[in-house]
Amino acid sequence: MLRLASLAAALYAFWILMSGYLEPFLLGAGLACALAVTWLARRMEIADPEGHPAHLTPAAFGYWPWLVLEILRSGLAVCRIIVDPRLPVSPTLVRFRPSQKTAVGLATHANSITLTPGTLTVAADHDEFLVHGLTRETARATVASEMDRRVRRFEGGD
Amino acid sequence: MFVAATLALLATLALTLVRALKGPTVFDRALAANTVGTVAVLLLAVMEFLTGRPDFLDLAIVYGLLNVVGTIAVLKFFRYGDLGEPGEGPEDR
Amino acid sequence: MSPADAISWALLAAGGVSCVLGAVGLLRMPDFFTRMHAASVVDTVGAGLILLGLMVQAGLTLVTVKLVVIGLLIFFTSPTASHALARAALARGLEPKLADGGAPSKP
Repeated sequence: MLRLASLAAALYAFWILMSGYLEPFLLGAGLACALAVTWLARRMEIADPEGHPAHLTPAAFGYWPWLVLEILRSGLAVCRIIVDPRLPVSPTLVRFRPSQKTAVGLATHANSITLTPGTLTVAADHDEFLVHGLTRETARATVASEMDRRVRRFEGGD
Repeated sequence: MFVAATLALLATLALTLVRALKGPTVFDRALAANTVGTVAVLLLAVMEFLTGRPDFLDLAIVYGLLNVVGTIAVLKFFRYGDLGEPGEGPEDR
Repeated sequence: MSPADAISWALLAAGGVSCVLGAVGLLRMPDFFTRMHAASVVDTVGAGLILLGLMVQAGLTLVTVKLVVIGLLIFFTSPTASHALARAALARGLEPKLADGGAPSKP
């Protein structure tokens, strides 16, 4: 119930921020739409901890800044490879076992690997990730990484 | 300065289009099309400041949403040859 | 030129340069999977820096909120699209060129 209320509140806030008009009719229409979408989400059974992971909001603000820095750092490394006239790539595939337990945690880990330039999740499973790296080093660095530990903490593990 | 950013994005667009034309596989073209979509969203956002018309941002949001749906639809078509295919079940995911 | 303007211009310039570099990589890289890495520079670093530069330019207004929404949209959808691309390519039998040849290394 609390999750449904949070979903409706998030949808309504999104409506107001997107429209920017504060007329009574538009505010009422927005409320009606937010409630209707919440009802539909409940009927489709997607308003669960996986579809609307509101409980992870505080943890996200701890994880995202680190992820942004990581993206900038590896983005710079990939740019350096691109401008290098010798083009020093050594594409490598690695398989490894992620330590996350929940679907949200696994998806976050896989997406973080893909977001970071230089590494790309080709296949993501409960017990195995297949990662393609631009160089041998970037590929190997995804195995049992700092990211793995941080996502584990992010999803609420110890 | 916004003109410089616009020119940089247009150069990106041109280079990406070369990749889309050269291929060689259909996936290279799909990748180029996806990048063109991202650059178009950025271009719309910069155009908002260049022309001072705030409506462009709403267009950028809609374009971003359509871009991902379009990419997935194209990929699904080339993988199964049919958009109505239910896709894979949880067991072979 | 105010300091905010200087910051925003630096961010826009850096974003523009990384977009162009990503596109150059898209042309230079030898095979499909390595090209995806170049494209992800445009999707993450280029897009992030340009949107950040525009946010600094806009200040605390609804425009910034919309730019944040665009940024979140790109950050959540681009890895999904990349992942779908890589999986579809692999499923259709497009083999990645590997430096060490053959099978994926098992740590």
